[in-house]
Amino acid sequence: MAFITANWNPLGEAFYRKTELYEMCWNLRDGLRDCLVAAAPYGGPIALLREPVRRSPSSRPQLEIYSASGVAIASFPWKSGPVVQLGWTVSDELLCIQEDGSVLIYDLFGSFKRHFSMGQEVMQSQVLEAKVFHSPYGTGVAIVTASSRFTLATNIDDLKLRRLPEVPGNTWSAGEVCRGILMSNGPELYILDTTSCTAVVPPGLGPQAGSIVHMSVSFSYKYLALFTDTGHMWTGSSHLQDKMSEVDTKKTTPPKQMVWCRRPKSQQPSVVLMWDRLLMVAGVSHDTIQFPLEDPCVLIGELDGVRIISSANQELLQEVPLVCQEIFKIASMAPGALLLEAHREYQKSSQKADEYLREIKEQSMLGEAVRQCVEAAGHEYDSNTQKSLLRAASFGKCFLTDFSPEAFVSTCRELRVLNAVRERGVGLPLTHTQLVYRQFYPLAIEVCRYLKIPDYQGVSRVLKHWASCKVQQKDLSDEAIARAVCVKVGDSPGVSYSHIAAKAYECGRPELAIKLLDFEARSGEQVPLLLKMKRSQLALSKAVESGDTDLVYTVVTYLKSEMNRGDFFMTLRNQPVALSLYRQFCKLQEQETLKDLYNQDDDHQELANYYVTASYREKRLESRLSLLQTAVDEYNKAKNEFSAKATEEEMRLLRFQRKLDDEKGAGLLGLSLQATMEALLALGLHKQAEQLYRDFRVPDKRFWWLKLKSLAEKEEWEELEKFSKSKKSPIGYLAFVEVCMKSNNKPEAKKYVSKVTPEQRVKAHLAVGDLEGAADAAIERKSDSELAAVLARCPASDRQLLDRLNRAAAAAAKK
Amino acid sequence: MAHSARTDCPELPDFFLLKRLARDQLIYLLEQLPGKKDLFIEADLMSPLDRIANVSTLKQHEVDKLYKVEYKPIVSTSDQLCFLIRPRIQTVKWICDVANADKATGRFRRYKIIFTPQKFYACDAVLEEQGIIGDVTTDEWSFYLLPLDDDIISLELPEFFRDNFLAGDQRWVRTAGSALHLLHSLYGPFSKVYGIGRCSKMAYESWREQVEEGEQKARQAEIGKVFLIDRDVDFVTPLCSQVVYEGLVDDIFKIKCACVEFGPDVTSSDKSIKVMLNSQDRVFNEIRNEHFSNVFGFLSQKARNLQTSYDKRRGMDIKQMKTFVSEELKGLKQEHRLLSLHIGACESIMKKKTKQDFQELLKTEHSLLEGFEIRESISFIEEHINRQVSMIESLRLLCLLSITENGLLPKDYRSLKAQYLQSYGVDHLLTFANLRQLGLLVEQQPGETLTVMESKVGKLVNDRTGGETGFLFNLLLITIFVSLRIRAGVPKSDEEYDLRVPRDMAYIFSGAYVPLSCKLIEQVLERDGWTGLEEVTRLLNGHEFAVTGYGADSKAKNDAQRIILVMFLGGCTFSEISALRFLGRERGCKFIVVTTAITNSSRLIEALLDNLV
Repeated sequence: MAFITANWNPLGEAFYRKTELYEMCWNLRDGLRDCLVAAAPYGGPIALLREPVRRSPSSRPQLEIYSASGVAIASFPWKSGPVVQLGWTVSDELLCIQEDGSVLIYDLFGSFKRHFSMGQEVMQSQVLEAKVFHSPYGTGVAIVTASSRFTLATNIDDLKLRRLPEVPGNTWSAGEVCRGILMSNGPELYILDTTSCTAVVPPGLGPQAGSIVHMSVSFSYKYLALFTDTGHMWTGSSHLQDKMSEVDTKKTTPPKQMVWCRRPKSQQPSVVLMWDRLLMVAGVSHDTIQFPLEDPCVLIGELDGVRIISSANQELLQEVPLVCQEIFKIASMAPGALLLEAHREYQKSSQKADEYLREIKEQSMLGEAVRQCVEAAGHEYDSNTQKSLLRAASFGKCFLTDFSPEAFVSTCRELRVLNAVRERGVGLPLTHTQLVYRQFYPLAIEVCRYLKIPDYQGVSRVLKHWASCKVQQKDLSDEAIARAVCVKVGDSPGVSYSHIAAKAYECGRPELAIKLLDFEARSGEQVPLLLKMKRSQLALSKAVESGDTDLVYTVVTYLKSEMNRGDFFMTLRNQPVALSLYRQFCKLQEQETLKDLYNQDDDHQELANYYVTASYREKRLESRLSLLQTAVDEYNKAKNEFSAKATEEEMRLLRFQRKLDDEKGAGLLGLSLQATMEALLALGLHKQAEQLYRDFRVPDKRFWWLKLKSLAEKEEWEELEKFSKSKKSPIGYLAFVEVCMKSNNKPEAKKYVSKVTPEQRVKAHLAVGDLEGAADAAIERKSDSELAAVLARCPASDRQLLDRLNRAAAAAAKK
Repeated sequence: MAHSARTDCPELPDFFLLKRLARDQLIYLLEQLPGKKDLFIEADLMSPLDRIANVSTLKQHEVDKLYKVEYKPIVSTSDQLCFLIRPRIQTVKWICDVANADKATGRFRRYKIIFTPQKFYACDAVLEEQGIIGDVTTDEWSFYLLPLDDDIISLELPEFFRDNFLAGDQRWVRTAGSALHLLHSLYGPFSKVYGIGRCSKMAYESWREQVEEGEQKARQAEIGKVFLIDRDVDFVTPLCSQVVYEGLVDDIFKIKCACVEFGPDVTSSDKSIKVMLNSQDRVFNEIRNEHFSNVFGFLSQKARNLQTSYDKRRGMDIKQMKTFVSEELKGLKQEHRLLSLHIGACESIMKKKTKQDFQELLKTEHSLLEGFEIRESISFIEEHINRQVSMIESLRLLCLLSITENGLLPKDYRSLKAQYLQSYGVDHLLTFANLRQLGLLVEQQPGETLTVMESKVGKLVNDRTGGETGFLFNLLLITIFVSLRIRAGVPKSDEEYDLRVPRDMAYIFSGAYVPLSCKLIEQVLERDGWTGLEEVTRLLNGHEFAVTGYGADSKAKNDAQRIILVMFLGGCTFSEISALRFLGRERGCKFIVVTTAITNSSRLIEALLDNLV
């Protein structure tokens, strides 16, 4: 135990240790020289392509996939074009980026899945360098061509290529993906994004430092390291606002690899640089740790360290966690260290155990001591060390009454799982998901149950993955598979049948896909696959069923592009919801299509309305009239006589207006009948107004009101009087009184009071402010409501009138 | 109000949380576009946005200049443009024009579109068609609910009504479901959900789906029951003139986002003043639900009390004076200011509404509701049209006439329409087509005259008599045909109905009519379902449902069970809210009204116009 610190190397205030993970099982003849190597993070698999640059067209390089411990998973000869870069996606798919910009995707077991291209223009100029990167959006690919154009795809599962603007000078020396693309050209640094290329200056890095020849971003994208041709390494935050350090490596050749080595919560991140025969750890302080290298190696950045793979073995280089430092540092007096010592003495049956224990208890640090041991056990890789730490923790716990065992229990559980999967035969994954991708289903399910991961995240995901593989088994019938899937999956939460069905369809089993889709409870989920399978009618009705209009619209757009117009309209006709949705869209975007839709349905009423609407957009009278005529025809077909007649009258009115506009410059076109008559009267064109009145059978009342108002407005009182006598007024004479009063002409108003009917006479008198008259009329009519109305208007000062009214009111009430 | 209200009404949940959530998300979205940017805001989002985040908040997050979306070329000089809009094709097209214009002049800018409350596929389709999908980033600001007051929450989506009921476009249904889901996750679980109407049913299903997809957290419910109702279940209520103070203010001055602008005629100065109308305004809070005839008396009493408080100053020594100034004076002054504003508003309303025309209009409305003197009403409407009193009002009366009479006689239908077209132009043919489609203005079908319907109803009523629920059932049926003439025991005119001491929800229409929407809610809550109302729902086109229990015990007698959320799909009026408040006081429960928008008769009709002028 004492030599646990043997592989610790101090760097500033921290220690770094290099632990061997595996002796590799593989047997590589030529080592890693001349190989393209890619290893997935989180202890993922390793892909290897020998001699990517072919010596002769006939020689076929071999592509091999190994587990992290070097167990061969797949191997096949590479038949496509020259490969520039290999990389793994977040879901352990292998990306092979070729010189011509096409990207081939293989699964973990080496079977080809699909391919995509990074753009046409790449074909000519060839990919010079490529990088596969991971972000919250998924896995992305960035490439740069020989003509120094960068292209970026942030998520290969939702491919959107972004061709970035040209870079200054059209050259570059190093690049990295971080907030767009970070790129250097000599000593200058640029950020390249979709719209622009912005020069940035890392704080504290002067031009004397030289040209930037290598750069690297940390696993979390928070930190950036730059290496210059003078051997200086600058480190700082990736948003380029703070500098952390600048180290002189005294090396002038650029490193082959430069990778951040940092654990979460650590205050002292460092960078690992690799040259041909040297590995160097450089941190915030000016010190460095140097390891000689015998074999060519590959560095893989992890969340909490760096994996170093060589042809013989695999090591993990990491900062020693603080808690481990405290426990194992020589002569440490930390509570955890004392507890470990106490337990060791206890095993030797030495009374010193009690002394150590007492010392911890005196400082009342026993709880802390247990906590430290448990935590440290989680960080240790060697199972013996884990055991001794956990035993010490368990020993210390005996002396505590109220210590929660939760952390202890879960650490034991997790360590057991981790140790199990670290077994050579399995590989090195850290989480259950990676187990699943390697098709160790029963183990994965057991792990999920053991770790008490909620079903939604654990078992269901395993099941989903299992089912997706199950449907690919070619030797089973559709029936059998569907039944097997249904039995196992049942209605586990979070397992989507449509996802499984999609897989079945991908493997060319549409019938199975349909069978599986029937199990899907949410109709909306079925739609995308149904579309893909060209079951568009079914897709449309499922979309409508789901109530999600966006989905309906997606299907409609799809149908529109797939079907001929007639079929498309017929399909819509059977789905009113989709039809009205599409109509709404057409109203705003495609007026013509709207017309076709109505035509198809023989919907004459809507067609007519459509033409009426269209006529209003038309400036020229002739075209407007012809559209209205079409509307009339359609209304007739729709047996809507009323609208047909109204439209015909409108056409008549328009012609009339045009004529008068031409003759008199009246400016009538487009006015309503009423407004036209008003305008005519205002212009003094009484004859023409009368003509309209007769031609359009305007009700008498309307015309009288119109003429009355118009004459009063123009204050043609004599005309008005003549008009009032022309025949018996159809609107009565109270209207005359009121209109005159509105024009503030009391004398004229009074002329008409006597003509008002007895029922309205009180009102008329009141309107002209003649209280006496109103009182007389009311008393004569003996109506209590009218009497009250007059009373309400009567001022308190007029005693005589008040009395008269009150008396009459009393008399009326008696009756 | 001077009636015997129950005093044990439960407390309402606090909806401030909704505002905070919306604000935090907006800030987050703005920060997604770092650096200075100009913000373009859709015109009808201005007021709601103002209730969530004011200008200084926006400036803090690097919004440089604010513009209203006006569908014109822009003048901004900023390199980053952010658009905060509703998911409307027209607006998206305009943004495309802006971006394409920049492209044509070789100008590079960043564009970000924030859709609220959600993005529609059609928006992306337009962006793609116009070739700028790669140049803009889009986001969604899930700002579903704006609390307008302690008990009113609005989705601020006036287009919901037309899109859903007229165009048959169901795109907003999911939005309503999401809004309900948000309320459920913050204030649920709901123990019981009732609803009526096709759209309600769909919104309910959309919500259920979202509940099932998400994770369920056990929490103490703050809202117990939910009632969903489609606007087309009851068109009569929103078509009536409002006579309760808050509704009247909305009809006349137009309340926008709980804020009203009083013009110079109210403020008796040369300035307009914007006033927030909510329960914070103590004066308003006391009169908002009152029948207008009581408001003036109340206000003058209040003015006298205020004067007395001021008068206390006399005879005070210095110390008392000091405490008076520091403690009471500010409150009194505030109250004084509000009081004078509301008195001003009342005077202005009185001026407009005591005119002969309005009285006659109300009389006609009441005759229609009560089924009296139909011929007189028709000639009144005719004159209304001929004299061109108001384009909207005439249509409103026509619709009321049609609904209450179960359609117009063919002769009337034609002549009234013809006269309307003469007054306002033939393009209203399209408006009439819309009204017919919604069943608001239709021709009577042979054999469906009101008398025939009445006898059917009468038969129903007779079948039920003897049953305990007989009277209520009658009332409900009668309310549907609005013809109060059939039965006795129902108030006939305002002389008999004491509006100061309302007996039932009819007080909001001077006792002439119990709002059907509210009556339905009352009945269903009382019966805990639709049992016994089968005939009624059949007449209302059905789609009713009542579902129990999502993680909560509906039998639990806690306060939350007496908090009832009513969601109006297609808008509700202030009168309905007043009626529900009244019902709540009577029953010792509280109603929270969630609506797609606050509506009234003119907004309802305006939404259905299709004239092109």
